[in-house]
Amino acid sequence: MARVVVNVMPKAEILDPQGQAVVGALPRLGFGGVREVRQGKHFELDVDDTVDDETLQQIAGTLLANPVIEDWSVTRVPENGTA
Amino acid sequence: MTAKVGVITFPGTLDDTDAARAVRRAGAEAVPLWHADPDLRGVHAVIVPGGFSYGDYLRAGAIARFAPVMGPVIEAAGKGMPVLGICNGFQILCEAGLLPGAMTRNAGLRFICRDVWLRVANPDTAWTKTYDADQRILVPLKSGEGRFVAEQRTLDQLEGDGRVVFRYESAAPNGSSRDIAGVSSANGRVVGLMPHPEHAIDPATGPSADGLGLFTSVLTQLVES
Repeated sequence: MARVVVNVMPKAEILDPQGQAVVGALPRLGFGGVREVRQGKHFELDVDDTVDDETLQQIAGTLLANPVIEDWSVTRVPENGTA
Repeated sequence: MTAKVGVITFPGTLDDTDAARAVRRAGAEAVPLWHADPDLRGVHAVIVPGGFSYGDYLRAGAIARFAPVMGPVIEAAGKGMPVLGICNGFQILCEAGLLPGAMTRNAGLRFICRDVWLRVANPDTAWTKTYDADQRILVPLKSGEGRFVAEQRTLDQLEGDGRVVFRYESAAPNGSSRDIAGVSSANGRVVGLMPHPEHAIDPATGPSADGLGLFTSVLTQLVES
C-alpha cells in the first residue's frame, strides 16, 4: 500500500474566479499582503503495489483532472510520512 | 417512418422531460435512454439534456462521461449521428471529447437564471438548419458553471472553421470566451450549448418558441440522410 497525492490546479491562463473571490475577501477580514490565490483540488489515493506511476498519470489525466483547463501533479508520499 | 430521437437520463438529470416534449412537438418520437443502457435502442439522433448528472461531483459532466450509455453515443457520433448537448449535456460532451473546450464557474460566481438573446452564428449544422444566419433567438440560461473556455488557438480555429454555432448577443453574462454560447464538432453533427432551447418551444411555457428550431432542424437532417 502507498499513499499518493494528486493536486489539480486551474491552468495559469484560465481565470480562477473562486481564487479571486478568496483574495478579495482577505483584506475585508484584515489580512493584508496576499496578492494572489488560486483554488484547486487535492486528492489522496491509497493504492497497492500493482499501480505504477504511468497508471497514476492516466488516472489523473483521465478522470481527476480535465486537461483542457487543469494541470496536475502526482506525488507518492513516503510510508513514514503518512502516520 | 417517424424519426426517433433518444433523450438520455442520468441520475441527477433535470431537463429530460422538457427535451422529450420538444422532440415530440417537433414531430419525432422521443425515446427515453437510461445512463446504464448498453445501446441506443435504434434512435436516429441523441439529446444529452441538462441538470446535475451525478451531482456535478468532481467536475460537471466528469462522471457522466463514463456512463455505459456514453460509449455507444461516442461511437455513433463518430459515424455521423446528430448529438445535441444542452447545459450539463454540453459539459458532458466536452468531457467526452466530442466537443472542444470546457466550462468553468461563471465569472461572477453567481448562478445565472434568466432569458438571454442569442445569435445563430452557424445555421449549417445538423441542429440549426431551420434558422437564418444571425437570427436572434430568446432562450433561458440557467447555470452556475457555464463559462466556456478553451485555448486561444482553439478559439481561433473554432471561429475560422465556423464551429461557433451560438453567441450571446450582448456580452456573455457568464464570461464565456468570445461570447460563445454553443459550438459544434468539425462535421457539424454534434452541437452543444449552455442555454436551454427545450424550455423555449411554446410561448405558453417559455419566453418564446425560438428554441423549437433546433429540434425541427435535426428532423430535416434525418429525412435527408
